[in-house]
Amino acid sequence: MSLPAQKDEPVSRFPAPSQPEKAKVISLKQALPNNFDFKALGMTLLANTVPPLVVVLVLLAVWQVAFSHPGSSLPPPSEVWAQSWDLIIDPFFVYGTQDIGLGLRVLVSLERVAYGFGLAAICGVLVGAIIGQSVWMMRGLDPLFQVLRTVPPLAWLPISLAAFMDSRPSAIFVIFITAIWPVLINTAVGIRNIPQDYRNVAQVLRLNQVEFFFKIMIPAAAPYIFSGLRIGVGLSWLAIVAAEMLTGGVGIGFFIWDAWNSSRLTDIIVALVYIGLVGFVLDKLVSFIGAIVTRGTTA
Amino acid sequence: MASYLKLDHIGKTFTRGAQKSEVLRDINLSIDKGEYVSIIGHSGCGKSTLLNLIAGLTEVSSGGVLLENKEVSAPGPDRAVVFQNHSLLPWLTVYDNVKLAVNKVFANRSGAERHDWIMENLSLVQMAHAKDKRPGEISGGMKQRVGIARALAMEPKILLLDEPFGALDALTRAHLQDQMMEIHARLGNTMIMITHDVDEAVLLSDRIVMMTNGPAATIGEVLEVPLERPRKRVDLASDRMYLKCREAVLKFLYERHRFVEAA
Ligand SMILES: Nc1ncnc2c1ncn2[C@@H]1O[C@H](COP(=O)(O)OP(=O)(O)OP(=O)(O)O)[C@@H](O)[C@H]1O
Ligand SMILES: [Mg+2]
Repeated sequence: MSLPAQKDEPVSRFPAPSQPEKAKVISLKQALPNNFDFKALGMTLLANTVPPLVVVLVLLAVWQVAFSHPGSSLPPPSEVWAQSWDLIIDPFFVYGTQDIGLGLRVLVSLERVAYGFGLAAICGVLVGAIIGQSVWMMRGLDPLFQVLRTVPPLAWLPISLAAFMDSRPSAIFVIFITAIWPVLINTAVGIRNIPQDYRNVAQVLRLNQVEFFFKIMIPAAAPYIFSGLRIGVGLSWLAIVAAEMLTGGVGIGFFIWDAWNSSRLTDIIVALVYIGLVGFVLDKLVSFIGAIVTRGTTA
Repeated sequence: MASYLKLDHIGKTFTRGAQKSEVLRDINLSIDKGEYVSIIGHSGCGKSTLLNLIAGLTEVSSGGVLLENKEVSAPGPDRAVVFQNHSLLPWLTVYDNVKLAVNKVFANRSGAERHDWIMENLSLVQMAHAKDKRPGEISGGMKQRVGIARALAMEPKILLLDEPFGALDALTRAHLQDQMMEIHARLGNTMIMITHDVDEAVLLSDRIVMMTNGPAATIGEVLEVPLERPRKRVDLASDRMYLKCREAVLKFLYERHRFVEAA
């Protein structure tokens, strides 16, 4: 296959882009005790949105200047806008089975991620819980997991194509096999770190295996599990784009590959922005759910 | 005569790899129903280990624990434990922590009955007002009280308390001791309490079990506390019997079995 090598490099680039630190709003409290809240809220909002906006604008400007001269290898932002505005303006158009908006393509990819990552989450937590329970399983399997974990998503693809002989389940399998390791390993570590106190409580109450699993193990290990899920969802998103480039279909990954083959560089740039934003949202979504579920767990 | 709880020549040796450490040797004790027994001894002598053996959380190496003439080897709600560090589940509210125990032990009762029972136990330790708080949102003394409520709610044959007030300030501690005495008077539970505090031991107990220093610790002496109940801490402060008991424990701990830095 003729993929440029750097295409599967993003694997190593997790964790997701960090947010700018929240700026502090100070000392309006004494002066305006009554309408303080609105002002503070507005200030916080501004303090959090203005810096990234400024940075983006500056970067766009630099980009524009750097690539505006005739014969430059990449298109400047103005050209991206001019040539791909239909993709930017309407994410959900349908002009034909292969010609649909990027929003729809993202949804197709997300569906695959949902299957692959969902499976990885369920299996990862179950297997991780079993392994975390047993010191010997952990000792025996952990090195194996640590090795498998580092295999890049695309390396799994030929094998899974050979096994499933169909591109759709192959792509889902690649996501599954990429995302499962952090979930599994983190769950196992979380289970191992359950304080003896909680186990004693369970023993005194004679909780059975199922009750112990749902009432003690899962909540106690939830912070670990969710950090595993968060890494896993990031990896899934990396894997889907790479897998779709090779397996085709209408997902966002294939779109990039298709655009590259027909030299539509501006479309690729728009797709990259989509992918980045969706990945960011996925990451935030999982960490948000995690924050709600694990509320109080660390008390 | 068969006693309620009998510790029959209990020994405990921990083995880690080739290394063996004998923590307890030849512990013999009989406890009657409704009795309040304290176990006192220097840090690291094996008090918690002994309590865990009674609870069934740790297996005995030799001898046996007999409750109503039946040997117990696994933990169960008939021997509820109030742990050294409360051990509430932090993701559950106060109410749900007690509910977890009640639902398990009284699975045959109706929902309304169980609710009443949970609230009754929370009221007993005066924690009903905080039922919807999580352990992270209440003070150390409150957590310990919820731990006690959870244990009481199991209606255990024996209540095992591992330094229940150890981590609390003196005022809270005194308050909870009074509550414990009241609960004991009201319900007549059999209680075994580990403590470091001589005053606490004398104030609360019918008998004080004094342990020698480890390794291979055993029961050094058992002291009867023949004080009338209900006991009032203020009146007892100058009571001759109280002072005598106190002195006996102090002498045991600080003259005959001084704390030695373990090697
Ligand atoms: N699981 C274990 N494996 C090996 N040794 C243990 C284990 N648990 C306890 N010990 C040893 O047994 C001894 C008694 O411990 P234990 O916790 O019962 O002391 P304790 O009297 O409760 O002390 P404290 O008053 O400080 O709580 C200690 O020397 C400890 O190192
Ligand atoms: Mg202890």
